[in-house]
Amino acid sequence: MTRELTCIGCPMGCELTVEVESGVAVSVSGNTCKIGENYAKSEISAPTRVITTTALSADERPVAVKTAAPVPKGQIFECLEQIKATTISLPAHIGDVLIESVCGTGVPVVVTRNVE
Amino acid sequence: MREYDLIVVGGGPAGLAAAASAKRCGTDDILILERDSELGGILNQCIHNGFGLHTFKEELTGPEYAARYIEQVKELGIPYEVNTMVLDITEGNVVTVINKERGVESLKAKAIILAMGCRERPRGALNIPGFRPQGVYTAGTAQKLVNLEGVVPGKEVVILGSGDIGLIMARRMTFEGAKVKAVVELMPYSSGLKRNIVQCLDDYGIPLMLSHTVVDIKGKEKLEGVTVAKVDENRTPIPGTEEFFECDTLLLSCGLLPENELSRSAGVELSRLTGGPVVDDDLETNVAGVFACGNVLHVHDLVDFVSAEAERAGQSAAEYIKRSGSRPQGRTIGVSAKNGVRYTVPSRINVDETTQDVHIRFRVTGVYKGASLVVRSGEHELLRRKTRILVPSEMQDLTLKAAALAEAVDDLTVEVEGGAEA
Repeated sequence: MTRELTCIGCPMGCELTVEVESGVAVSVSGNTCKIGENYAKSEISAPTRVITTTALSADERPVAVKTAAPVPKGQIFECLEQIKATTISLPAHIGDVLIESVCGTGVPVVVTRNVE
Repeated sequence: MREYDLIVVGGGPAGLAAAASAKRCGTDDILILERDSELGGILNQCIHNGFGLHTFKEELTGPEYAARYIEQVKELGIPYEVNTMVLDITEGNVVTVINKERGVESLKAKAIILAMGCRERPRGALNIPGFRPQGVYTAGTAQKLVNLEGVVPGKEVVILGSGDIGLIMARRMTFEGAKVKAVVELMPYSSGLKRNIVQCLDDYGIPLMLSHTVVDIKGKEKLEGVTVAKVDENRTPIPGTEEFFECDTLLLSCGLLPENELSRSAGVELSRLTGGPVVDDDLETNVAGVFACGNVLHVHDLVDFVSAEAERAGQSAAEYIKRSGSRPQGRTIGVSAKNGVRYTVPSRINVDETTQDVHIRFRVTGVYKGASLVVRSGEHELLRRKTRILVPSEMQDLTLKAAALAEAVDDLTVEVEGGAEA
């Protein structure tokens, strides 16, 4: 089976053609660098995304946070719920860990903006 | 009157990088003026990632990218004043500011760097018929509400325009529990990056309706819905194609305009193509000692390019201050846009006085595949770069070597050559 993908690795947005056999990418073409090949492989077998959102402090001030690494795409909304349910204490600084392992993914959620 | 060597108007990415660069080039007496309550500019509300791939070789969020430059400014001990709005810039580089504590005050500077950024095209500039109910926002306003104020403007959303902020907000509103029904784009192609279409729309099943526009807004007090219609090749709505979308929020992502009211009052010549100042390779405007960089000069898509441009402006301003005046006006050649190129920055190069490589930044007018970008001085070819794909949404950046420029006699032209227009 052939699948067409657009690489999200950088603003170039290469159009990738991926040959898929039993759920695994066996060949990738159309990419101009290694990022495209890696993206295609993970996108076929286990797609992931970095989540960027906000967590609220006790007085409902939003603080920007992100997952420190990509998490499985299928768990995005589950992760968002856990982040939403977590109250962030102020002051918050870039790199502070809000959640050690979001939804058991092993990926921490970290603060991305300094809020005093 | 307080006097400074250099005043930087705007504490966003351009102003921060320009100030840090000027300081490193030997200017000690600098003041950054910022109208918001903190430094960082629009990056503070751009909490998504994708910033800094060029500058820091890693993918940062907006506030993280801003923080790196804020730290530099603080480490360099550059003074800044927040909650301070510049009202006017007048002859002799007098900067009139207003601040809650000190009231109105006039400051004087040997050099000024304009780094005010840009503004979103509002509804009033779009000529959308219909009522004017609550619930119509620019995408950036909604981004500020959600990310900085913690308020989600609505539950059912239609987005007009497929600029990057609109695409980013489609995902952001979805994350906050809203239903984004469609992103409607007048042009037959999106003005946003492809990666954003994939990861902000496709990931969440949000339809992108190309060659469509909003033809009516319903709702007297509160927005009740919008009517969307297909447009023909002249961008005129086609009767009979109307479709009504019930929604409580309409976000507008229809382009950005450099914010140049202050430049105008300072007597700075503006380009009709970019909406920003006309500058030379030093990024100096027609007013001696007034420099410009970042989105106030021309709208960028990557902040990395803003930082690089601002560093050059900072360096130029520092040299201006050291010399107590503009460069000797040596032989100057023009730079102009030709086939397939909309504009160029800079628009003139002081070739006799250029000691460093010059970046020519510009946008193409359409989508071209397999074309080359060519810079010529008269008939003489200075640079040719083959490209895979050129799109109007991505700024191009060509570097001309100082040595090659020294020999240039005729004006420069930048154009797209060969390839297929897609």
